[in-house]
Amino acid sequence: MITVSSLTRYYGAHAAVKDVSFTIDDKEVVGFLGLNGAGKSTTLKVLAGLIMPSAGEVCIDGVDVLEAPDSFRERIGFLPEDPPLYSEMQVGEFLHWVGRVKGLSKAELKERLPEVLNLCQLADREKWVIGTLSHGYRKRVGIAQAIIHRPKLVLLDEPNSGLDPAQIVEMRKVLSALKEECTVLISSHILSEVSQTCDRILVLHQGAIVAQGTEEELASAFGTEEQTEVSFEVVVRGSAKAASSLLDKIEAVTGCSVESNGELTTLLVEASSDVREQVAKSIVQADMGLLSLSSARFTQLENIFLKLTGGGDA
Amino acid sequence: MTRTLLIARREFAAYFNSLWGYVVMAFILVVGGLLFNTRAMGDGARLSTEVLEEFFEFSFGTTVIAAVLITMRLIAEERQGRTQTLLDASPISDTQLVLGKYFSAFAFLSLLIIATTYMPALIFVNGKVSIGHIIGGYSGLILVGAAVLAIGTFGSTIGRNQLESAAISSVIVLVLILMWKLARMSVPPLSEIFANMSLFDKHFQPFQSGRIEVAAVMYYLSISFVFLSLSIRKMSLRRWK
Repeated sequence: MITVSSLTRYYGAHAAVKDVSFTIDDKEVVGFLGLNGAGKSTTLKVLAGLIMPSAGEVCIDGVDVLEAPDSFRERIGFLPEDPPLYSEMQVGEFLHWVGRVKGLSKAELKERLPEVLNLCQLADREKWVIGTLSHGYRKRVGIAQAIIHRPKLVLLDEPNSGLDPAQIVEMRKVLSALKEECTVLISSHILSEVSQTCDRILVLHQGAIVAQGTEEELASAFGTEEQTEVSFEVVVRGSAKAASSLLDKIEAVTGCSVESNGELTTLLVEASSDVREQVAKSIVQADMGLLSLSSARFTQLENIFLKLTGGGDA
Repeated sequence: MTRTLLIARREFAAYFNSLWGYVVMAFILVVGGLLFNTRAMGDGARLSTEVLEEFFEFSFGTTVIAAVLITMRLIAEERQGRTQTLLDASPISDTQLVLGKYFSAFAFLSLLIIATTYMPALIFVNGKVSIGHIIGGYSGLILVGAAVLAIGTFGSTIGRNQLESAAISSVIVLVLILMWKLARMSVPPLSEIFANMSLFDKHFQPFQSGRIEVAAVMYYLSISFVFLSLSIRKMSLRRWK
């Protein structure tokens, strides 16, 4: 259990966060939303043990960041937006070193390293020099270093920034695998990603938490009168062109992004109503293989977010 | 201790994984070799002891330069490359971090100092020198190196980038070296104080002649201790800024 109570952090005379309180349960995936300057980075830095709070308490399983900072940091894994990696080292060598620094023995690492490499889909890059990896793989190494020591809480700052659509799909798989291992706090500007990945959302504005709950809870508490939108993901066997032309014929579909990977096509569909049945029917009738259809997400998160933060760009 | 060694080992390997380590080593050995050929060996016949004293005198300078060049990257490079976050979010204490970095620099400088031993060995060809003189001189170089590395580590914790770190360290080292000049220009008790603070003159000359004096050893160890403590203090402050 992660407990933050009355957290305040000053930079000089300016309070970046003031009186922030929230709790996160074990194995929960929480999204952290806020405009630039809302205090997200400061809160993440305190949670990562990078900076100390000016006032308040931050505890993980009862271990306070002020009383036992090293022990606190043993329970944390942190991936900043720009992954902190030693580019001259090999992936496996680097993760082994990080694991040792974070307190794992050589014997523990022998078992843990292959697990993490598989989880982050890095097994085929173990001997690669980090400096030669693409941005997507560097992000994965960043996640691997954050989870190598089995932390209680993993903090991910903009995990999808700078990734191409294919890499985002891969990153989503990595994040969903992380849920099985630990508690995750994701700070992101991409509301649809937060909506798809997180169990609960914290909205930070002007240094204070202005709302928290599941997307549905936020919708009922702060819902707008604007029409609710629905989004879902469809994976089909067939060409991207044929699949998107099928969706064009469905009136309620308001948007569709397509990612093609060989013979498989992934469609992220946005619609004004839940048209999953209709979409499935069209695909089957067109004799294309329907491989998966995700559950619907009612994405009026953007409207709620803008309402809570008084507008601006997220 | 394990974490200190882990930091030190990675840092030591980084000297050889980047061009910087080789550049520093090559530069110092070339400059040292040239000085040995022109200044120490000279043209006319000289006593082996004089040649050795001359060698240790200019080696003081090359050791100081090498120590500043080696340490300028220690912390500043982590900050510039944003890998500082990795260390800051790890369960490493500020003491472990600073000592790990310092030990790696010390190991690298020691390697560099050992690589210069071919020069005193050459004196054996045409002369006769005492092993004690060589051991005394090299002990002095190691101690000077340790002290300047500590100053350089402190400079690296302050500087926003590597050049700034090198500039800060160089200024501190220069001030400490020039203390002998201040000592000669002032009157007691100031002259005594300045002389006792001098990095070169009073403290290094005994080593140059092959003598190991406890006061000089304590001086260099004190400088190392003070600047390492300041570095640790400076590092711990960053979490409260």
